[in-house]
Amino acid sequence: MAKTKKAKAIYIWDAVRSINGSVFRNLHEDIDSLLSGGKIYFFLLIMGFLMVYAAGMFGVNAVNMGYREAYGLTREASWGLLISTYIFFVVTSTGLCIVSSIGHVFGIKQFMPIATRAVFVSIVTIFAGFSVMLFDLDEPLHMIYYMITPNLSSNIWWMGALYGAYLVFMILEFIFLLLKKHKPAAYLGLTALIFGISAHSNLGAIFGMLHGRDFWYGPYMPIYFIASAIMSGCAAIVIFTWLGYKINNEKIDKQMEKALQSVGKLAALMIAILIFFEIWKVLTGLVGGEDKRLAIFSMLDGRYAFNFLVIEILIGMIIPFIILIKSRFMNMNKLFYASILMIIGIFFMRYDLVMIGQVVPVLHGINVEEFSGLVSYVPTIYEIAISIGGLGIAIIAFLFGEKVFKGPFKGHKFGIDPLEKVWK
Amino acid sequence: MITKMERREFLKLGLAITGVSVGGGFLSVVSNLKGAFASTEEYRKKYPYKPHYTMLIRQNRCIDCGECMKECVKTNNVPGYGYRTTILERYEKNAIGLKREFIPMLCMQCNNPPCVRACPVEATYKDKRTGIVRMHYEKCIGCKTCILACPYDARYFNDERHAIDKCDFCFDARLSKGMKLPACAKVCPTKARVFGDLSNPNDEVFRIVHQMQKAVWVLRPEVGTKPNVFYTTSDREVSDEK
Repeated sequence: MAKTKKAKAIYIWDAVRSINGSVFRNLHEDIDSLLSGGKIYFFLLIMGFLMVYAAGMFGVNAVNMGYREAYGLTREASWGLLISTYIFFVVTSTGLCIVSSIGHVFGIKQFMPIATRAVFVSIVTIFAGFSVMLFDLDEPLHMIYYMITPNLSSNIWWMGALYGAYLVFMILEFIFLLLKKHKPAAYLGLTALIFGISAHSNLGAIFGMLHGRDFWYGPYMPIYFIASAIMSGCAAIVIFTWLGYKINNEKIDKQMEKALQSVGKLAALMIAILIFFEIWKVLTGLVGGEDKRLAIFSMLDGRYAFNFLVIEILIGMIIPFIILIKSRFMNMNKLFYASILMIIGIFFMRYDLVMIGQVVPVLHGINVEEFSGLVSYVPTIYEIAISIGGLGIAIIAFLFGEKVFKGPFKGHKFGIDPLEKVWK
Repeated sequence: MITKMERREFLKLGLAITGVSVGGGFLSVVSNLKGAFASTEEYRKKYPYKPHYTMLIRQNRCIDCGECMKECVKTNNVPGYGYRTTILERYEKNAIGLKREFIPMLCMQCNNPPCVRACPVEATYKDKRTGIVRMHYEKCIGCKTCILACPYDARYFNDERHAIDKCDFCFDARLSKGMKLPACAKVCPTKARVFGDLSNPNDEVFRIVHQMQKAVWVLRPEVGTKPNVFYTTSDREVSDEK
């Protein structure tokens, strides 16, 4: 008994020492490295701070004014840009978790070099998402009732609880990855993946289980959310890896290049799957009841047509797909540009999903004057600023992460070899 | 090793399950055929709450005077940007005779309320005694999921309460203090809104809902929420005071 206690103590001490040793080598050095970097690093850093600053100003103002005045939300359109931005971030986070797990949980070799960075960015993006969400909730302190009187039949409750657990396991996984303890990291990664997928499909089910809303109702949403999360994760990891190498003024090495090529192939596959999804979403909607048809028409030639057809489909899926296939996944810059387009498309995909579901008033079917038209919503400057602030938080945290965890992010040098042993 | 007997037992079990589900499906079709009434067979046999509060709206009597809305605002401190009850207007250009009708709307106090299921913190709940969908205002986190879940647009965010607000048949403001009627039903000059108790077979509303001569309907029945607000067109006199 005593022996195991001692062994545990030594283990913990080792862990602490190795964090000190390998990660926070020296506080001075770290601060120096945070303040040194190329043009791109400082440009992004300043942009990030400006975004967060602006968001902070607008956010504080919005809290003072009251959200009803500050946001463009109405009784009929009660979810807007903030919710869709929140979904965008957590989709990306879940996607990164899934993509990273391919390598270091399931042992597919090509995906291993991206794992550590993917886990880190996944934590960063979910924090960004939560901070945006905070500005949508009127009484975040009442979240205490999550514990006191939980409603176990509510998807929102499950989403919150599961994302909480997901976040804890992701952070633990990241710590163990830094400690080079790859076996526990892989198990923690698997646990985080299970929680992440459950949480994310619950987020889809929040929409899918609203049976008064034809556009969302059905089993489609949770599946669609997971599929689009993988695409989102692929795009995000390409962007952040590319930027990571750029700001450290390094050239992407062979192993990382191979990893990114595999990610690119996965992204192309997911685009194909999502286009298939979209086609059937439109076609099934066109033969449905009038409410659903109206929603679909608003995507095809109504007020969301530009968002859907041009940004979501053309810019977010078709053009990146063509770029990926034409470059044969070989050219890292093209991969990066395709990923940027994909991420823009995915952002609008979330916005369209949230807004088109609300575009037809719930009482449209009873043919009254009050609900004969479609619901309009325009995000206010407050909502836009707070959403951009979320991006700012993600950028700053990512940049600092690149500096602090510079070593670990170069997966193959730092941790891939012991990882391979785990799976042999 | 699975023996022949075990396999046979297993197949029997499978057949039994299939039989029960097919039979159940058939029975449910039969009961649907009978259910041309406002409330289906199961609801006419049993009303789970006591008193099972309900409102019957005699739609043809509404003249859009707006007294109900004004009284509701006064009784429940409803802010200018929201409403608990409203009157919707339908206009049919090609209709013969009357071209306009008014549809009073309020919370349907559904027996199967989507808002209650959606709320993560049980801030909105189905009152176990009366069946009214009520609010714990102090619990609401303002996530607005219940607004999206409601198929009747009956909820809004109340800045002053820092919570979602909705019609509770005036339970907090009147019924719990011993008064018999919600504010809107009390002031309606044409008695278009009839408040009642479905658990009492002698109640006016019970008698109107349970007859076949006049159509009685609910809004958006396809959503399956089983509303407790019924609509009809009726010229029958209803006693003035209860």
